[in-house]
This record gives sequence, structure tokens and C-alpha cells, in this order.
Amino acid sequence: MNQPIIETNTDFETRSLDAVCVNSSELSHPWWFNLKYLAAGILFGIILTKAEVISWFRIQEMFRLQSFHMFGVIGSAVAVGALSVFLIKKFNIKTIYGEEVDLPERPFNKGQIIGGLVFGFGWAMTGACPGPLFAQIGTGATVVIITLVSAIAGTWVYGLLRDKLPH
Amino acid sequence: MLKWIQQPWPWYVAGPLIGLLVPVLLLIGNKSLGISSSLRHICAACLPAGIPFFKYNWKKEAWNLFFVAGVMGGGYLAATFLSHSNPVIVNEKLLKELQGYGITNHDSLVPTDLFNWPALLTLKGLILMVAGGFLVGFGTRYAGGCTSGHSIMGMSNLQLSSLIATTCFMAGGFIMANLILPLILQL
Repeated sequence: MNQPIIETNTDFETRSLDAVCVNSSELSHPWWFNLKYLAAGILFGIILTKAEVISWFRIQEMFRLQSFHMFGVIGSAVAVGALSVFLIKKFNIKTIYGEEVDLPERPFNKGQIIGGLVFGFGWAMTGACPGPLFAQIGTGATVVIITLVSAIAGTWVYGLLRDKLPH
Repeated sequence: MLKWIQQPWPWYVAGPLIGLLVPVLLLIGNKSLGISSSLRHICAACLPAGIPFFKYNWKKEAWNLFFVAGVMGGGYLAATFLSHSNPVIVNEKLLKELQGYGITNHDSLVPTDLFNWPALLTLKGLILMVAGGFLVGFGTRYAGGCTSGHSIMGMSNLQLSSLIATTCFMAGGFIMANLILPLILQL
């Protein structure tokens, strides 16, 4: 009887390894419930595109301190996000299904420094973090599919070498 | 109204809207905002190859794949129905610097002078698109998140690790854009 529960927990531990964005819900729903996230993603994609966050030029301006735009986007997003998280915690706001909102605690490890620098290099080269990669393809820059496939390959190689890398 | 939407959105409109996605995703299903994990779920679904890091039930994270599919769709909708046809406004200094490397076209958000199919056969294109993409995928997973997961979600949750990660994203970007990228663009 205990077996499935243990398995589920191990699975969550593996899933949440090296990840901020996890599904913390313990409910299971039919697949079409996921259409909510498709809709949220569409909104995210429209905002990223219209605010030119997906623009290679805007990223270059940010890293050359030639424009406030990107700092303004990230800064105000964090301000609104932090206020929201504060309110959810303070008033113990539940999800629409009545679940307790779970906010992942992520302890420090060396990966955030080494991996962070590596990602920063890639960000300045491609002019895109992972979200914009998807959005750029949507805008018709089809060659970015190659960049995305390469990013998937990078993730795969990380998975392969994970145990040998400093953490 | 439509005319206004077609202009590039200022940071004080876009930033708060992105910030609102944090509580929206938490409240509609206990999901933490993030994108880069989708790359891992694609590995787990398509080519786990017995690697422990990819041995988990990726279907539990299928929401993230729907989310990134939406981001792609959102890019399509914005470019097709909500865009203007003027060139992208770029800082004069940057424009001048890029002209020195032969990058003159700024009609679209992704510079077509650098990112196009034939360029894949050049060393410069290979480095920017293939090596650059690889670093994005490797680095985000090693760091445990990207600009969405760490910089927006993690910092909203006041995680020190996310602040450190974001600082390193920025440091890496500054080093690449100012010291290394000029050498690559010269190729």
C-alpha cells in the first residue's frame, strides 16, 4: 500500500531537482485542464514580444547599459511578483482548487554561479533567454528552431554530466 | 486603442503584467513560473537515455510544455496581428557599433543579418546560434532556472539563491557582450 506514495515522492524530488518552476499540485486532472497554461503562455508570449524583451537589440542595450528598458521590465515584474507572493502568504490565499500554495525554497549551490555565468554568455550571444527563444520562433524567425534544439542538447548534456560537475 | 497596442509596450506596462503571471500561475494550479524546465521535460520525454536526471514522470509537468507552446503562439499572434511595420528603435551608439560589423538591418526583433539559415554554414552563425543555444540550455539547467524561474519567480519569493543566479546571469552577459561578442562579430 505504501509503495505508490513513496514512488510519487521520489518522483517529485527528481522533478524539482535544479528547477524553480515545478508543478506542486497533488491533484490530477484530465489533460485539457492544461489549456489554462496554454492561455497563460499566449499572454506571456504576447507581452514578451510587444515589450521587445525577445529583441536581440534590447538585450545588447541592456548589457551595454545603453537603455533602462530591460532593467525596468525585470525590476517592475519582480516588484509586482514579490507583492503578490507576500499577499498570498500573509492572507494564506488558496488555489482555485483549495490547495495550499506551495512556494519552492531553493538552497544555494555553486551551480547558480557557474551555470549562471554560462547562461549569461549564451543570453548575450543569442539575445534570448529560454522564453524568448520560443516567442522568436513564433514571430517567424524560423532559424531559431536550431538555437532551441541546441539549448535542448545543452540541457541533455548537463543531465549526462550532472554528477561530475561541482554543486 | 489598437494603434497604441501596436506600438512597442513601455517597461512599466510589460513588467507589471509579467509580474502578475506569478500569482496567476500559483492560484490557477500551484505552478511556479518558469520556462527552462520545459527543455528538460523535452529531454525526459524524447531521449531520457537512462540518465537519472531525466527519469521522472514528465507528464506531471506537462503544464510547462503547454505553457511554452503558448509562448510560441503568443509570439505568432503579436507579430501577425499586433505589430507595426516600423524598424526596431535601437540606441544610436549600438547602431553605430553594429554598423562596423556590417549589421545594418534592424527591421525585426531578431537581426536578420546575423540569424538566418545560410548563416548556419558560417563560423559566426554557428557560434552565435548553435554554441549560444547550447550555453543557454546547459547554463540555465546548471543554475537551476532562467530569467523567468530565478529572476522573476525566485526573486519574487525572496530567494537568495535566485538573487545570486540573476547577478551571475547579468555578469556573464556583461562579459560576453562587451569583451567576447565584439570578437565573434568580427569573424
